[in-house]
Amino acid sequence: MDSIFLNMEKKVHNIDLNEKAISIKGLYKSFGDLHVLKGIDLDVHKGENVVVLGKSGTGKSVLIKILVGLLKPDAGVVQVLGKEVDKLNQKELDALRLHIGFAFQSSALYDSMNVRQNLEFPLTMNFKNLSKAEIKDSVEEVLDAVGLIDKIDQMPSDLSGGQRKRIGIARTLILKPQIMLYDEPTSGLDPITCLEINELINEVQEKYNTSSIIITHDLTCAKETGDRVAMLLDGTFVKTGSFEEVFEDKDERIQSFYNYNFIK
Amino acid sequence: MTKKIRPYIFSKGVDDTFKGVYDAFAFVALFFKQLFKPPFHFRQVIDQCYEVGIKSLPLITLTGFVTGLVFTKQSRPSLEVFGATSWLPSLISIALVRALGPLVTALICAGKVGSSIGAELGSMKVTEQIDAMEVSAINPFKYLVVTRVIATTLMVSILSFYCSLVGLLGSFVNVHANDTTSFANFFQSGFSDITFLDIFSSVTKSLVFGFTIGIVGCYKGFNATQGTRGVGKAANQAVVTAMFLIFVEEIVIVQVSNWIRFF
Repeated sequence: MDSIFLNMEKKVHNIDLNEKAISIKGLYKSFGDLHVLKGIDLDVHKGENVVVLGKSGTGKSVLIKILVGLLKPDAGVVQVLGKEVDKLNQKELDALRLHIGFAFQSSALYDSMNVRQNLEFPLTMNFKNLSKAEIKDSVEEVLDAVGLIDKIDQMPSDLSGGQRKRIGIARTLILKPQIMLYDEPTSGLDPITCLEINELINEVQEKYNTSSIIITHDLTCAKETGDRVAMLLDGTFVKTGSFEEVFEDKDERIQSFYNYNFIK
Repeated sequence: MTKKIRPYIFSKGVDDTFKGVYDAFAFVALFFKQLFKPPFHFRQVIDQCYEVGIKSLPLITLTGFVTGLVFTKQSRPSLEVFGATSWLPSLISIALVRALGPLVTALICAGKVGSSIGAELGSMKVTEQIDAMEVSAINPFKYLVVTRVIATTLMVSILSFYCSLVGLLGSFVNVHANDTTSFANFFQSGFSDITFLDIFSSVTKSLVFGFTIGIVGCYKGFNATQGTRGVGKAANQAVVTAMFLIFVEEIVIVQVSNWIRFF
């Protein structure tokens, strides 16, 4: 393996191996004739950052959309915080969703609202009894956490790609989630902003003690943020382990993925 | 283990058509199911009423006035042949209240409001903003669809009534210029032949048209795919489908009200 990764500083997280935040067993998902997930098994422990690596179109985003109930699995058991997601009614699912933060690849900020309104929206819609002062404090706290307090009155269209990603993460943090799901957090960003986002992911984990699944094909992001890496190829996890363990594997597909990211 | 894919019942095209119709009815059914369930987003309904109603006022005013004026102008020569220009106020008011007011308003709103709703929701769909609402435990159907459909249903009805009144004003301008009829005489003569059934069918039509514009715009927007191209397609289909349905509904309601009238 290239020495570039060995020099990277890896943050050690406080992981509770006795408690599973997410448990996936035998997960299948197809779209018509296209079989995307073919029997996925994965456990994410409390306080753990698991990176799911894989090429585009291999079902990485599908996996986390199933976790949050946006898609239904064809078969398999998906448990999040001890609850089987596809067995929940709408009210139970909404209650569970309040504990899950989903950072979208496109940030998905509401473009008709400014940053403040974007952050206030989940709070005001879910917690009617909060005072204006409490909402204001929460908004400022999460904006401070992502380092963008000065952008509070700007519209999403006035922000850079990296800033939009940060605000997207801040919007999920405002509900104080126990689980964070990041969908391609560094895609479309320059290398320096990627590093900032990676740092932010680690800071979020430390400050809010979240368990996370980070979907990416960026190896730097995987190395910096992941306690464990799962390589998704052809609808199954072909290798799971530390970053080093995964990329020491001689499997040609894994090595080609590595070489694709860092041309030797 | 994966689910076995069921083959097509007829063919892909026919199956897709039936599925599309089924999905559209399911969408309408979901609207009525969500309509009476809390939470109720009154503030959002008011905002949408402003978007639909107030922002359409200038166009409706202009179109209504010109319709009344031109319709009167064009009808005058035919009535003059029979020396019946005194019938103009009642002819125009019947035409405006029974048909033109609701229809013209609905067609304008289908173009202006329907396309706007289709494009806005379509854009939210393809940029994952609707998914973002859902994962924040907010019901996007309730927040986006129910509020907009209530707003279009209410505002198109009010705008239709307004359009008819402005159309009558336009007609009065022409009648007054040619026959020096007073304002009071014009409206007294105009409203003398308007029956409760006319008002009832006009209001019913407007409510149905408004509902159609809102639900079609939301349905097309909510089901937009294929990125920005899909947004344009959703906006376009929202207008075309709404207009087609408005014409069908117009014919059905006219038939039913005539049947009641002559029963």
